[in-house]
Amino acid sequence: MADPVAPVSFTSLIETANLQLRRVPAWPAYPLAFGYVGWLVWLGATGGLGVEPVVALQRALGEAALYLLIAGLAVTPLRRHAGLNLLKFRRALGLSCFIFVVAHFLAWAVLDLQSLGRVWADIVKRPYITVGMAGFALLIPLALTSNNWSIRHLGARWRQLHRLTYAAALLGAVHYIMLVKGFQMRPLIFLAVILILLLLRLRPGRLAMRFQRG
Amino acid sequence: MARRWTNRLTENDITPEAAFLNRRQIMAGALGAAGASLMGLPQAAHAEALTPHPWEDITSYNNYYEFGTGKDDPAQNAHQLTTAPWSVTIDGLVERPGQYAFEDILAKMTIEERIYRFRCVEAWSMVVPWNGFELADLLNLAGVTSDAKYVAFETVLRPEEMPGTRTRVLDWPYVEGLRLDEAMHPLTIMATGIYGRDIPNQNGAPLRLVVPWKYGFKSIKSVVRITLTDKEPPTSWNKANAREYGFYSNVNPEVDHRRWSQASERVIGGGLFAKRQPTLMFNGYEDEVASLYKGMDLTRFF
Repeated sequence: MADPVAPVSFTSLIETANLQLRRVPAWPAYPLAFGYVGWLVWLGATGGLGVEPVVALQRALGEAALYLLIAGLAVTPLRRHAGLNLLKFRRALGLSCFIFVVAHFLAWAVLDLQSLGRVWADIVKRPYITVGMAGFALLIPLALTSNNWSIRHLGARWRQLHRLTYAAALLGAVHYIMLVKGFQMRPLIFLAVILILLLLRLRPGRLAMRFQRG
Repeated sequence: MARRWTNRLTENDITPEAAFLNRRQIMAGALGAAGASLMGLPQAAHAEALTPHPWEDITSYNNYYEFGTGKDDPAQNAHQLTTAPWSVTIDGLVERPGQYAFEDILAKMTIEERIYRFRCVEAWSMVVPWNGFELADLLNLAGVTSDAKYVAFETVLRPEEMPGTRTRVLDWPYVEGLRLDEAMHPLTIMATGIYGRDIPNQNGAPLRLVVPWKYGFKSIKSVVRITLTDKEPPTSWNKANAREYGFYSNVNPEVDHRRWSQASERVIGGGLFAKRQPTLMFNGYEDEVASLYKGMDLTRFF
C-alpha cells in the first residue's frame, strides 16, 4: 500500500521552493551564459546553425537576451503575486542578458557588417538598428552598477536608475518587431509578454494616491 | 522581340577541367536517371565563370513563407505539397487560354541549364544551376495578344498542405508580376530543376519563375496561374509594404531597402567569417537588361 498523499497547498509549495532556492547559488549563471555564447559560435563554425550561420547566430543571441530580460522582469511580479522569491538571481539574470546583448552586437558588427563605417551608417540610418542600439545603450549603466558597491553608494537613485530595464525591454521587443518581414507572431508575443510583466508592476493603490496628491 | 539567349563566352569562361568533368558527370547522371530531360550546354551569363552552390545550400536555406518564416521551415514542411498532377492556368490577354498540364508543357519546351546568381532582398546570395525553359516560349505557346503589357503570376494556395498560409503573414495566395518585355527577356526562365534533378518542393516545385536580375521574391514559386493583362498587376510584398517593396525590385546596390543597405551581400555557405561581397547592378546582368529601364528613375521605380 502506498502512503496516503498529504494534501499540498500552493502556499506550502511556494514556501518549500523558497527554502530550496536559498541553497541554489546564482553564480553558475555567468559560466552558463558565456558557455552558451561559445557553444553557439562553435555550432556556427561547424555547420550546426545551417548554411548562413551569421544571421542565425545574431538571432539566437538576440532571443536569448530577450528571454533573460523577461525572466528579470518576472522576478518582482512573481514575488508580489505568487510569493516566490527569486530576488537573489536577478543580478545574474540581468548581467547574463547583458552578456548576450554584447555578443549579439558583436556578431552583427564584426561578423555581419565587418566595418565601422557600415555599423555607424546603420545606427543613424536604420530605425530598427537605432532602436536596438538605444536599448543596448540603456543597459550599459545598468550592467556597470550591478554590484553591491553601487547599490550602497547610489541608494534610492539605484532603484530609479534600474527602472531603465523597462525601457530597454520594450526597445528590444520593438527592435525585433521592426526587423522581421511580413506579419509575424513571434516578436509580437515577446512584446506582449513584456507589456504584461510591466502592467503587473503597476499598483492601482499607489497610482490613485499619486493622482490625489498631484 | 525575344531573341534566343546566346553565349558570349571569352577565354576567361573556359571551365576548369575538374569542374567540367564534374558537370558532365552530373549531366550524364541526370540523363541516365531522368532520360527525358534534354540539357543544353552550360551558358555563361556574364564574362566570368560562376561556381554553383552545393545542392545542400540551395535546398536547405529558403524563403517560402507558405511553409513557415524560418529559413529551414520550407525544407522541413514542403514535402506536404502535392506537385503531381499539376497544371498551369494561362489566361487573360492570350489567344489560347486554358489549363496547361505540366507534362504537356514539358513536352513542348527545351530544358536548358542556366547558372544564375540569385540575390535575395535580405542581402544574401547564392549561385544556382537551374534547369528550365524560357518563359517567352511558354507565353508564345498560349499566344500573347498585342494589347498585353504585363504578366501576373500566382502561387498555389492549399492551407492543408502549406502550414504557413494558416497565418496571415502575407495576403495569400502569393502573387507576382512582370512587365511583358521583362517576361519575354531571354534571361527570364521557368525553372523545373536544379543540378539536373527535379526541383525540390522547397525551391518551388514543380515549376517556378526565375528572374536573375531582380530580388529573389520576384521569382515566384509553384506557379498555378499566369495571366496576361494590360495593367500593372498587384504583387504580394508591395501589397504588404509598398514603401519597402516596389513592383520592379531590380537588384540595385545604389537603392537601399528602407531597413537595410543593398550595397553589399553575404554569400551563403561562407561560414562565420566570410567577407561580404559588393552587390552588382542588376545582379551582374546589367549588359543584358539595363536597356529595359532606359530613361527610368530607378530610385522612383524601385
